[in-house]
Amino acid sequence: MKILVPVKRVVDYNVKVRVKSDRSGVELSGVKMAINPFDEISVEEAVRLKEAGIATEVIAVSCGGAASQETLRTALAMGADRAILVESDAELQPLAVGKLLKAVAEREQPQLVICGKQAIDDDANQTGQILAALMGWAQATFASKVVVEGETLRVTREVDGGLETIEVKLPAVVTSDLRLNEPRYATLPNIMKAKKKPLDVIPAADLGVDVAPRLRHTQYSEPPTRKAGIKVADVADLIAKLKNDAKVI
Amino acid sequence: MKVLVIAEHDNTKIAGATLNVVGAAQQFGAEVQVLVAGFDSAAAATEAAALAGVAQVVSVDAPHYRDQPVENVAVLVARLVRTEGFTAVLAGGTSFGKNLAPRIAALLDVAPVSDVVSIAGVGRYVRPIYAGNVMVSVESDEPVQVLTVRTTAFAAVEAGGAAPVRDAAAGEDLAVSRLLGREISKSERPELAAARIVVSGGRGLGSGDKYREVLEPLADRLGAALGASRAAVDAGYVPNDYQVGQTGKIVAPDLYVAVGISGAIQHLAGMKDSKVIVAINKDPDAPIFQVADFGLVGDLFETIPQLVEGLGVNQ
Repeated sequence: MKILVPVKRVVDYNVKVRVKSDRSGVELSGVKMAINPFDEISVEEAVRLKEAGIATEVIAVSCGGAASQETLRTALAMGADRAILVESDAELQPLAVGKLLKAVAEREQPQLVICGKQAIDDDANQTGQILAALMGWAQATFASKVVVEGETLRVTREVDGGLETIEVKLPAVVTSDLRLNEPRYATLPNIMKAKKKPLDVIPAADLGVDVAPRLRHTQYSEPPTRKAGIKVADVADLIAKLKNDAKVI
Repeated sequence: MKVLVIAEHDNTKIAGATLNVVGAAQQFGAEVQVLVAGFDSAAAATEAAALAGVAQVVSVDAPHYRDQPVENVAVLVARLVRTEGFTAVLAGGTSFGKNLAPRIAALLDVAPVSDVVSIAGVGRYVRPIYAGNVMVSVESDEPVQVLTVRTTAFAAVEAGGAAPVRDAAAGEDLAVSRLLGREISKSERPELAAARIVVSGGRGLGSGDKYREVLEPLADRLGAALGASRAAVDAGYVPNDYQVGQTGKIVAPDLYVAVGISGAIQHLAGMKDSKVIVAINKDPDAPIFQVADFGLVGDLFETIPQLVEGLGVNQ
């Protein structure tokens, strides 16, 4: 079974992002970038399926600028076999990424796509579902456990009320939630090895997909910051404040 | 313009989130219909029909909607949009809605918009990105607007309507997925996402036993829902559905009591719209104090029992 793992280059989760002074976007120059944490979990899951002898090949794919090669090298260092960069310097929104990934999936014919449930930059939580719809495949989102059983997957999903387990037919798209696994750290020898693994670059234009943005992001702003309140002296003080000042109890 | 709200339900009852979605749909000032796709779901359809501001309920009742597999529901909704001319489809920013809405949008070849917190008109929205650290204004000219809405940002509609329920034909059964089981946490407490008061615990509690021993009496006294930080969930103190934060639940109660939670930005993203925030932590430099209205520096194992006792005395 071939597994395709889409990965996205995003602002590192430890970075406190700032809006540009003209409100046209988020300040990205000089900011530390990293693989989207949910995609890292997806790479880990795919590599584990390969180590368990279930997957035959793990292919990482990213849609974006040349710098996304770095993100793909991270996936290769974790154990992906090869990588594909669908290169575009244009803004790619989830619907466009879904269409590009569909084109890649049609070339590569994976049985399974594992991607992160959301990217921590746009927090859209859309790409996996869009890809599944475009392929006409089943989807198992927010996965915290994935078991391959012949031609089906048994997936435990994190849903609002707790957990649910579904069975989906392959081929399918799985999106990873936080507790699916704990990704490994790439070791130095594996980072060195990753530099020699194949990384194909396909210009997005070659895939014959309309990637023009459908949504306009007209203005970015920082939400009103909450001001720190006061420190109360003790429990009695706290109760008095909640009753008399805040009037919430 | 005609708006279709996708009801979240268990064939018997409509989920609370749907009341907020109908509230959001009313912002368009257009006709709002509610789809109840289920099996033996007449009770849910009747409940939807009683919501204020609903013009019609579309009931689709067939065995292959019993557990509402997303693939079947998406195909059904796309057909209803095409044949009946809906120009907006709304679902809640819940695990149900987030799973479904992008799939519907892709079938219609339109760009969906997630987690909308403000609707200024058709195709004019505001949504949070970067874990709520940035707000972005979004404009869309898509012929069908497919949105998920953050339920805490829109008031729930009340009962008091009397809309007609009409039956619509079922769509295809794709039979590509099926539900094997659900482990839904049962609780007598209010639902986390809708509670007026939330008591939330973090790693400072030390264990699942301590979490329950210390926080349950406080939640009982306040009539509060219980929540947790990601760290507490990852450590196994409580199940995943307790998690408040960027990737967990977004809450905005009147009172949020953070106990032993340091306040990572991912956690703050899930609760910083609460009206009043109380933080109790032994570390005076914990970031949670930067957003708390009332901070109490102290050992939670001493202060929480005192708080429970103090609340009892005063009531």
